[in-house]
Amino acid sequence: MGRRVVITGVGVLAPGGIGTKNFWSLLSEGRTATRGITFFDPSQFRSQVAAEVDFAPELHGLTPQEIRRMDRAAQFGVVAAREALADSGLDLAGFDPHRTGVTIGSAVGATTGLDDEYRIVSDDGRLDLVDHTYAPQHLYNYFVPSSFSAEVAWAVGAEGPATVVSTGCTSGLDSVGHAVELIREGTADVMITGATDAPISPITMACFDAIKATTPRNDDPEHASRPFDGTRNGFVLGEGSAVFVLEELESARRRGAHIYAEIAGYASRCNAFHMTGLRPDGREMSEAINVAMAEARMNPESIDYINAHGSGTKQNDRHETAAFKLSLGDHAYRTPVSSIKSMVGHSLGAIGSIEIAASVLAMEHHVVPPTANLHTPDPECDLDYVPLHAREHRTDAVLTVGSGFGGFQSAMVLARPERSAA
Amino acid sequence: MSAKAVVTGIGVATPNGLGVDDFWAATRVGKNAIERVTRFDPEQYPSRLAGEIRGFEAEKHLPSRLIPQTDRMTRLALVAADCAFEDAGVQPGDIPEFDMGVVTASTSGGFEFGQNELKKLWSQGSQYVSAYQSFAWFYAVNSGQISIRNGMRGPSGVVVSDHAGGLDAIAQARRQIRKGSKLIFSGGFDASICPWGWVAQIAGGRLSTSDDPDRAYLPFDAAAGGYVPGEGGALLILEDERTARERGADNVYGEIAGYGATFDPKPGSGREPGLRRAIEVALADAGVEAGDVDVVFADAAGTPRLDREEADAITAVFGPSGVPVTAPKTMIGRLYSGAAPVDVVTALLAIREGLVPPTTNVELSPAYDIDLVVGQPRPTSIRTALVLARGYGGYNSAVVVRATD
Amino acid sequence: MSTQFTIDDLKRILLEGAGAEEGVDLDGDILDTDFEELGYESLALLETGSRIEREFGIALDDDVFTDNRTPRALVAAINETLSALVPQA
Repeated sequence: MGRRVVITGVGVLAPGGIGTKNFWSLLSEGRTATRGITFFDPSQFRSQVAAEVDFAPELHGLTPQEIRRMDRAAQFGVVAAREALADSGLDLAGFDPHRTGVTIGSAVGATTGLDDEYRIVSDDGRLDLVDHTYAPQHLYNYFVPSSFSAEVAWAVGAEGPATVVSTGCTSGLDSVGHAVELIREGTADVMITGATDAPISPITMACFDAIKATTPRNDDPEHASRPFDGTRNGFVLGEGSAVFVLEELESARRRGAHIYAEIAGYASRCNAFHMTGLRPDGREMSEAINVAMAEARMNPESIDYINAHGSGTKQNDRHETAAFKLSLGDHAYRTPVSSIKSMVGHSLGAIGSIEIAASVLAMEHHVVPPTANLHTPDPECDLDYVPLHAREHRTDAVLTVGSGFGGFQSAMVLARPERSAA
Repeated sequence: MSAKAVVTGIGVATPNGLGVDDFWAATRVGKNAIERVTRFDPEQYPSRLAGEIRGFEAEKHLPSRLIPQTDRMTRLALVAADCAFEDAGVQPGDIPEFDMGVVTASTSGGFEFGQNELKKLWSQGSQYVSAYQSFAWFYAVNSGQISIRNGMRGPSGVVVSDHAGGLDAIAQARRQIRKGSKLIFSGGFDASICPWGWVAQIAGGRLSTSDDPDRAYLPFDAAAGGYVPGEGGALLILEDERTARERGADNVYGEIAGYGATFDPKPGSGREPGLRRAIEVALADAGVEAGDVDVVFADAAGTPRLDREEADAITAVFGPSGVPVTAPKTMIGRLYSGAAPVDVVTALLAIREGLVPPTTNVELSPAYDIDLVVGQPRPTSIRTALVLARGYGGYNSAVVVRATD
Repeated sequence: MSTQFTIDDLKRILLEGAGAEEGVDLDGDILDTDFEELGYESLALLETGSRIEREFGIALDDDVFTDNRTPRALVAAINETLSALVPQA
């Protein structure tokens, strides 16, 4: 067996929970962080709710220069990376910086910064030939989201392979999956990896309005995100970041690191069907799950908990329910499944990493987070979705999945290293 | 022993040629395609030259259903994908769906599409924003659209590392071939020559302000003063060599033999930039010595500091004037994520013909100890080529391309 | 003056917002053909719906395309919405 990859540090910045401790309190108490949008006047939009992070970058050690040149999503990523590195107890000074890499996932990059700057250079859309004299130098950092990985690399002192992974709403899983491969193949020894997105801006609200993907449940924002519930009618946009420190297992053991979980298996597939639509049979997601389980050398019965994509759109929740049944058979009915998007919303590319964080915290505590707001189950979603309240449950292996525009379907298996040694 | 990833199909769209034949015919002789911007009136901007693709009519190549939902860069990529399939002699149905994937790079996504929707949002209101804005501008769109159009359901992905991303995508495609996929599409396309994209590129502070197409993009020249942006890119079909031979592939252009990537130290650290290390990692990965490399395709940033760093790295690895170096992108400008895949294509065609295409317009500054191929193409036997690409912020990637026979 | 929404309006808006599927002739007899058979999936119909809303100044139900699966049914439904508009004094 080749090099195995483990998570030794976690940093999270989620709506209602900055820092892993606050994040886990929110999830384990089943509280929701969705609310009426406060960042701008949302009155022209069909959907006016979101899961916003109350974030003051200067309180997290960012300098005025850093705050000015970084989009909000980049700021999130740097703060989460620093937390993860501190949590890992790893002193990167003892490592060859060329063997430490960075992959950061993001679906929409600096879209919020771009929206703001566009208004200025175009004079609110009046100018076709937008005015470059109003453009700040950091507009190029917004133009190319690889600035996110650059900022994280600078923040931690990494000089190995770096990139941004941008596969829409599976970016947060695919970024970490990419990092795992770099350690396995021997290109890197340590990877700082995760994802960030800060998409709550007028242009993003408008584009999801146009396809009626976000919920119009504006009169009850705290209960607006309703995955697997029969009354669900769209997702709630969120924001945030989660970043991890990944190390090779033996080297992590040698330094006595706390090991949260091994990333035992990962795979991604495409539906090759539609940019926003899903085939109802869940076949591609099932294929990704099967390959991830095979890579982890685990059978369906070993999976203790499924952290679902559970966006709360009509088609998604049925699609992945079908995929779980295809891959896990009867065991799907015996396995708790939950969607933390009910509490922290859907932060597009970031959420896959935030859900990895939720999964490893579930393993730490042997507690499965709930699906909030699930009162009236959809008859076509007939698994155990852990409604409303967290549940004590022995959790040694977790399957976490994502599904996104472009047709990407990804799956990751996290497990205690001693369990998946097989 | 890992599978050998070979290139068996090419789709290319650049300012000096659509399709492999046109592109190579122009590139081998150094045909300049840099001209004044025509896609909007550039008069008011400090930079006014670009490498534009002229005469591309997407409607002639793509179903009308795809037109309203695609940015220009996606249309170019979809047409290039069709060409690459044809070049490889593969029909989309020939290979099982889950054994084929798409890994592309992007720099700025569908920026022109985004510009148009931002304009509608702020000048007319949110209800005027297109339903396609939810994906047409985003970085993952080309991988998604190519997979849909061609029924490719296997491992796929998208990377963004500014101008270096195209090599990172090809390396990721090679990983998937090694893990057992039969065919992976890889490369990158960008096309952000629109006012909003132009202003963002100007903000980066590296664009040439010259109005003379022959004196605007001059890497390694004493007069280097920035680069000229271009549009386009290339898509390559990678296959496992054995399965390609078994199916009787007509074109086996060469092997993606090695790859290395690093990130520069934080500015101000005083530490050496990462490019030399990236080259060394790529050579070691390919199992070749510096002396085995027959030509280097330089990143050729065109700004004095970056040219200096690159020349130093090349000299450190190969010795003073130790290897022919060229930068054919001087003909077409920098194509962002498309730049490096186009250089990989050029390297493969250079191997095939035994000819190093020239760095056009440049007079080598005596400050650099490199053997830059300027003026005329240079005939020489080429078995191994090194392609370099660097991205804003500190990205360095290197790929070794090698003849297969 | 009451505005009418015609099949030609629909064809024009479909073409502008979503193009036409290869092998489908919108000038043929399409009135009773399901939108899906004409090659328009939900996304294309959402784009079409919002273009109709903007051009004709009306608000369509979320379900208008699920309830009206053919051009004939849709044209009728939109005309019903139009005729229900009370002219402003």
